[in-house]
Amino acid sequence: MNKVVANVKEACEGLESGMTIMLGGFGLCGIPENCIAQMVNLGINDLTCISNNAGVDDFGLGFLLQGRQIKKMISSYVGENDEFERQMLSGELDVELIPQGTLAERCRATGAGIPAFYTPAGFGTEVAEGKETREFNGKMYVLEKAFEPDFAIVKAWKGDTQGNLIYKGTARNFNPMMASAGKITIAEVEELVAPGQLDPNQIHTPGIFVQRIFQGEKYEKRIEQRTVRIKG
Amino acid sequence: MALDKKGIAKRIAQELRGGWYVNLGIGIPTLIANYIPQGIEVEFQSENGILGMGPFPYDGEEDADLINAGKQTITALPGAVYFDSALSFAMIRGQHVQLTVLGAMEVSENGDIANWKIPGRMVKGMGGAMDLVASAENIIVAMMHTNKKGESKLLPNCTLPLTGVSCIKKVVTNLAVLDILPEGGFKLIERAPGVSVDEIIAATSGKLLIEGEIPEMVIEE
Repeated sequence: MNKVVANVKEACEGLESGMTIMLGGFGLCGIPENCIAQMVNLGINDLTCISNNAGVDDFGLGFLLQGRQIKKMISSYVGENDEFERQMLSGELDVELIPQGTLAERCRATGAGIPAFYTPAGFGTEVAEGKETREFNGKMYVLEKAFEPDFAIVKAWKGDTQGNLIYKGTARNFNPMMASAGKITIAEVEELVAPGQLDPNQIHTPGIFVQRIFQGEKYEKRIEQRTVRIKG
Repeated sequence: MALDKKGIAKRIAQELRGGWYVNLGIGIPTLIANYIPQGIEVEFQSENGILGMGPFPYDGEEDADLINAGKQTITALPGAVYFDSALSFAMIRGQHVQLTVLGAMEVSENGDIANWKIPGRMVKGMGGAMDLVASAENIIVAMMHTNKKGESKLLPNCTLPLTGVSCIKKVVTNLAVLDILPEGGFKLIERAPGVSVDEIIAATSGKLLIEGEIPEMVIEE
């Protein structure tokens, strides 16, 4: 089935203020740059964003924070962002911090039709406060629930018109689970190809999970921490 | 003399065993990769989605799609594999990773750890630390023995919000190697070169157990 939309504008149709949106990426690696730019253009606000991180001041979700478009962030780590810190400390921005593995599994559960699951992460800490706990085989676990996102927005390296996706390197991160979790999943790719051009053995996200796909106009792919060694 | 951060990393590297998959946290733990003992093979897992992590790339060869959990550019060794975050934490929670090394602000004598939040300050989040400490069989904490105010970080009870409970079994600091006993208490195993038992007693506010002569660590230059 053909999932192709003409451009980012068409891909983001239906995104509205007040929605809950999942966005793939770890740090600035594997983030849907084009859709984030479009969300800025749309001027939608009161958003709840589920994303492992919140970008940096002048890239990624930092753009949405600058415009105060985000009401709540659900993340595992939110450092490296002064505007985020300012809004969090002033109470403008609601923040829910959850363990990274729990975040990943909650996304996976959402797409897999599993309403909740037990994990050992966070037992005995404030993360477990108010949640059901239970003992299995002598160890304590915390009940964590799936999300209910309106949209999921992911970024892949290559995709075909059927919505099949291949990610590159560690840019895979949260993208596959989030792709499976959206009521509507938008995939932006660096290279959009015809069916048959991708090896079915190598596809990471089957197109069944993707409703809209387009090739991003350009990718900056900014590096957050450039670390190198000297040729010796 | 107390160890520097490199010395702590070198001492923890001695704990590595061939065939282990190892997850190293940010800070001192990252340095351990530089001191793998000769003749053994270990593979490093970074929880953002790589096994077989290699050193930093050469200048000009950085790839924005290839980073570690500290968001630093890295390389992949032959035989490396990339995976998604759910699978990554399946490896961690499922105890397929043999050793986790991470830093801490506080460790208690019953093995609790606090390393993610200081009330009243900007909280950056726990990242993968809570998943790692809740699951790993073998966790080593790498940290300085005291904080910047000179107060002990080895306590009867943690004062900061916890990252995990009863999970730490070994602590390597600039002054000592200590095991945390199942019944509670820090058992002194080794002293840093030139550091006296009295200095360690003075710097430890949690219950400290000292049995017999305590050997000095052997750290190669």
